[in-house]
Amino acid sequence: MNQNQRHVISVIVKNESNVLARISGLFAGRGYNIESLTVAPIPGEELSRLTIETYGTNEIVEQIEKQLNKLIPVLKVIERDDFIEKEMAIIKVPIEENLSDFDALCRAYNGKIVNVGTNAIIGMVADDPKRVAFFIEAVKRFHPLEIIRSGVVAIER
Amino acid sequence: MKISGAKMVVEALKKEGVKTIFGYPGGAIMNVYDELYKQNDIQHVLTRHEQGAVHAAEGFAKITGEVGVALVTSGPGFTNAVTGLANAYMDSTPIVVISGQVPMSLIGTDAFQEIDAVGISRACTKHNYLVTDAKELPRIIKEAFYIARSGRPGPVHIDIPKDVTAQIEEFHYPEGISIPTYNPVTKGEMEQIQKAIQLIKESKRPLLYIGGGVINSNSSNLVREFAKKTGIPAVETLMARGAMGYDNPLLISMVGMHGSYSANIAMSEADLIISLGARFDDRVTGKLSEFAKGAKVIHVDIDPSSINKLVKVDVGIVGDLNFVLSDMLPLLDEVEPERFQEWRETIEKNEKLHPLKYEKVQGVLKPQEVIEKIGEMLGNDANITTDVGQHQMWAGQFYPFTRGRQFNTSGGLGTMGYGFPSAMGVKVGDPNRVSINISGDGSILMNIQELMTAVEYKIPVINVILNNNYLGMVRQWQTLFYDDRISETDLSAQPDFIKLAESFGGIGYRVETIEEFEKALKDAISKNVVALIDVKVDRRENVMPMVPAGGSLYNMILN
Ligand SMILES: Cc1ncc(C[n+]2csc(CCOP(=O)(O)OP(=O)(O)O)c2C)c(N)n1
Ligand SMILES: [Mg+2]
Repeated sequence: MNQNQRHVISVIVKNESNVLARISGLFAGRGYNIESLTVAPIPGEELSRLTIETYGTNEIVEQIEKQLNKLIPVLKVIERDDFIEKEMAIIKVPIEENLSDFDALCRAYNGKIVNVGTNAIIGMVADDPKRVAFFIEAVKRFHPLEIIRSGVVAIER
Repeated sequence: MKISGAKMVVEALKKEGVKTIFGYPGGAIMNVYDELYKQNDIQHVLTRHEQGAVHAAEGFAKITGEVGVALVTSGPGFTNAVTGLANAYMDSTPIVVISGQVPMSLIGTDAFQEIDAVGISRACTKHNYLVTDAKELPRIIKEAFYIARSGRPGPVHIDIPKDVTAQIEEFHYPEGISIPTYNPVTKGEMEQIQKAIQLIKESKRPLLYIGGGVINSNSSNLVREFAKKTGIPAVETLMARGAMGYDNPLLISMVGMHGSYSANIAMSEADLIISLGARFDDRVTGKLSEFAKGAKVIHVDIDPSSINKLVKVDVGIVGDLNFVLSDMLPLLDEVEPERFQEWRETIEKNEKLHPLKYEKVQGVLKPQEVIEKIGEMLGNDANITTDVGQHQMWAGQFYPFTRGRQFNTSGGLGTMGYGFPSAMGVKVGDPNRVSINISGDGSILMNIQELMTAVEYKIPVINVILNNNYLGMVRQWQTLFYDDRISETDLSAQPDFIKLAESFGGIGYRVETIEEFEKALKDAISKNVVALIDVKVDRRENVMPMVPAGGSLYNMILN
């Protein structure tokens, strides 16, 4: 089991300046990788929730959790392999691409077209991170000009 | 009553029981210095460099167990203090460092003497604060002291912009404290403790592996009781010297890169390692894959992240050693010391086979001899600090330590220049004992300016310079691993240490024999003034045994 595996870690922190720097600094300083990171305040509370997607062995992830817990403004660290995970992506494709085909693809991944301009069509999808990855493969045939992923957000079942 | 932020700082320090602080003024911290001027409860010691101030605060904390305090200005004042913060961080010492910062309106503008201080200290403090409103100051200072001393202790840094120290606000120092996100564990889980006891009962060759946590938590007595009750032998890390007492029959010796043969063999051949406040540092374990291969591991530590970090443990107990050991002791009644008789005999055989030793040569003064002499003359009556290098390892090996906190050394960071200023802090914290800094001809020059502080404030530290005209420890590695290519470690160019000391108003000695040394040390103690004793020792002496970095503890170079 000594393999690098994907892990998603949720971190509940006090809303204060510097807290994001503490966390990203911890990952940088100890050589842990961050695949994606999202952060936003928890509505109605003086807390924020970070979701960190990382790769590491179980031992490394155990250390990451412990090191995170040591940071003073960290309230809680949650690591699960059965989170409900969602990720969003927005994609810009040239206006010449087939609008309805593109729309159909977005819909297959729980998305839709959100803007059609003079030069480009913009679509969005919101789905499990794995499925978003499939989508990004599939969308290649529409010659995307730009793809933006949001990073993962996760919630316990 | 409404008072300024600066006055709040001083009042808060008083509330925390602080009597002495070490520091160095400058523009951004002047409001606080003005308040210090107006009162008499807190003595300020003006060191001659901010690094000296922070190390002195650390020395004070190490000897007293209380929180040490240093005060510095923004920019270069703060950056000079960073080594001190890092040192306290690596050695888990409770200190609070307060720095001035440019006014809030100038933050981010590259103002004169502006540096992102909390950005820099983030990586080398337990926690830090940038205070943006004087209303927050009382709470922040209260928290800082609490965080520094609780759980796994460590340095806390508070950065205060100049306009915040000028801001006038209502001052109420909080009585209690609540940090919902910070709840250090104290009591160990009983279930884990039971498991540990079971492992001890099943073991044949158990070993206590004692680390600096024992010193920090003042649990030496409980550890001694544990050993005595069970008959389990013990090794100490550099940071734990004094925990067992040098004449304790169950103490083998120091373990690790320069540990004794028998200590390292015991560590390698134990079937159960009971780690108490130690953290499996690479200078202790050597090559991890070869480390204690046949042993189960019980690890007691206040810091959960120390457990399973480097060595996979069988039983991890998170807690304060005082609680955990008190819970364990009554459960150890059934462990008969006779059970480990054979194991102790094996260890004794190894101790006799290769004791810690050095070769005495007629007409040559060996550095180890000097340390033994200090021990013989002063023993329990001295507090021993060191700098970093060969002399440090010899002090660890050869001084007869009798109690926790007697030994003060830079273990984790290995900071040359730590010795002298921190020995001043030790003297301030424990004025009735002789404070000796065992130093090297390289290290002593790294904070030599503190001679002035020691003279001005009458802090009579005795610096014993084991002068080998080398950056000896690096020279030793060059000799052993670089075919003796002496690259930039020859310190033949030297000051006249006698004149140097005298020019500051201290006293200097130059000695070449053990008799001369004894006389000089006696004289220095009676003069009660800061001293440099320049001891000419064998230039080419090596610290032995040695486990080459990254090698197995089994493979020691013995001489
Ligand atoms: C600030 C700092 N710089 C460099 C080193 C690397 N270093 C470790 S030991 C040593 C030599 C110390 O020489 P000295 O103080 O004369 O002690 P000796 O080893 O000769 O006893 C050096 C340069 C260090 N530990 N700290
Ligand atoms: Mg030297």
